[in-house]
Amino acid sequence: MVLVLVEHSEANPTDPSLQALTLARSFGQPVHALLVGAAADLSEHGVSVTHVAEHVALGSFAPDAWAAILGEVAGRLSASAVIAAGTERGNEVIARLAARTGLPFAANCIAVSPGPPVTVTRLRWGGSLLEEARLHGSHALITVAPHVVPVEPSPMPADIERFTPDLSDEDLLVRVVEHVAALGGGVSLTEAKVVVSGGRGVGSKEGFAMIEELAGLLGAAVGCSRAVTSAGWRPHTDQVGQTGTKVAPEVYIACGISGATQHMAGLKGAKRILAINTDPEAPMMLNADYAVVGDLKEIVPAISAEIRKSR
Amino acid sequence: MRILACIKRVPITGGRIVLTDDARAIDTRHLGFTMSPHEECGVEEAVRIIETNGGDSVVLTLGPSEAVEQLRDAMALGIDRAIHLLTDDQEWDGEATAAALTEAIQSDEATSGRFDLIFFGNESADSAGFQVGARVARALGRYCATGLKGVSVEGSSVRCEQEVEGGRDVYVLPLPAVLTVKEGLNLPRYPSVPGRMRARSKPVAVSTPLRPEPQLELVRLIVPAGQGRQAEVLGSGAAAAPAVVEVLRKAGVL
Repeated sequence: MVLVLVEHSEANPTDPSLQALTLARSFGQPVHALLVGAAADLSEHGVSVTHVAEHVALGSFAPDAWAAILGEVAGRLSASAVIAAGTERGNEVIARLAARTGLPFAANCIAVSPGPPVTVTRLRWGGSLLEEARLHGSHALITVAPHVVPVEPSPMPADIERFTPDLSDEDLLVRVVEHVAALGGGVSLTEAKVVVSGGRGVGSKEGFAMIEELAGLLGAAVGCSRAVTSAGWRPHTDQVGQTGTKVAPEVYIACGISGATQHMAGLKGAKRILAINTDPEAPMMLNADYAVVGDLKEIVPAISAEIRKSR
Repeated sequence: MRILACIKRVPITGGRIVLTDDARAIDTRHLGFTMSPHEECGVEEAVRIIETNGGDSVVLTLGPSEAVEQLRDAMALGIDRAIHLLTDDQEWDGEATAAALTEAIQSDEATSGRFDLIFFGNESADSAGFQVGARVARALGRYCATGLKGVSVEGSSVRCEQEVEGGRDVYVLPLPAVLTVKEGLNLPRYPSVPGRMRARSKPVAVSTPLRPEPQLELVRLIVPAGQGRQAEVLGSGAAAAPAVVEVLRKAGVL
């Protein structure tokens, strides 16, 4: 059997975890799920047994404890693979399990074949490159890249087995002790329907005034490239890309952005891309749906004026 | 305090990734190299903590001979000395990398004293294994927090902030600790000219670990097919504005 760590929000399994359950079925073995803190209805997702770890100390996330529980259940059931979603938490918990067991860990996989040896296809460079790799270990540790594998329902009645894990003080030391809520305000980059983004071509911190003006007219979020945050023109929270935020707007307007792989890794979810650049051969222009050639300092204010005129 | 920052040399890939003929590596003949972005913030954080608290800092990498450039970059930002675990061009998997780093850390600590903090990037820009920091922490028997965008040393503990949906989760770890950080933790400074000059004479200790057989074995790399976008040129200059507005209207965002 294979064991899948299922993350949930108030007993609702998260989408990336359901995607992990779908990929887990490619092993062709019974799939068991492990949830920490609450049971969830997984009867549509091909799970034969749902294991629910309940412990008074698990009210807040404790990654070592999660790794200990996952390792204990996997050992007890002789799981041939342990799988989680390639979320921050999924990768963190599986990395800790890998550290405890010395087993190989392949992060952010998009395909697996059971082997032996287990073979995976996984993401590198934020998805700009794929790697085919073999895992040589008694068990495979795998996370599944979020939002790549579509969820395929597979109805099956799931038994629920609740248990109380043995946890040491050591395993509970690293835990969330406080949550600081984000300050509201502004349009969120991840949820914006339109993102107006500026790159090195904007030229300066002050140059972003025209980007903000257009964003304001469109109810859009302001984004930027890594070159811009490295120069200190915008905060890192505005950065779109591999080491920034991944966006999924209806329209992404890229102003003066060359389109390095670092940036494009953040745009895979964008429906339409409009690029404005002086260089018609810039990768951003070649990977866009619409291109305007020229100086953004003339074009962006002209678009803002045109929008005002049309209202 | 004593602080260690672990870094990796990675290529600057530009607009399009080109592979070597055997498809086992990126063709880097025409590329520049840099420190992996998350790790650059680890180096900056190490330098800032030492500036505030006093002490000494070390940078450690496992990589080819040219990785000394990234070690010098880190020392130009203010790190005191470097340890270089020299490899040939072959990739090392996460487990092998962690084992070699652990051994180097233990050997340095045996002569110079324990590191209060060890910084890693949350994941490298290239292979993105998400695991070396956690493996080293476990091997050293130290607590570890990952994916951090806030770090503050408070006496004998360190407050760590992780960005999550709706805000930040906070962890408090006793020192010594291993922290993996993400870009956005700070804004790394540009190296100054005197900083670069000083970096040239700072010591780099070199050793050559043996590469074990990888447990996660690279078979081949594949450049994924593009998203197949075919750019329609709307025009050039300010005259294209009406066409842009038309596109926005059709997309239903105006």
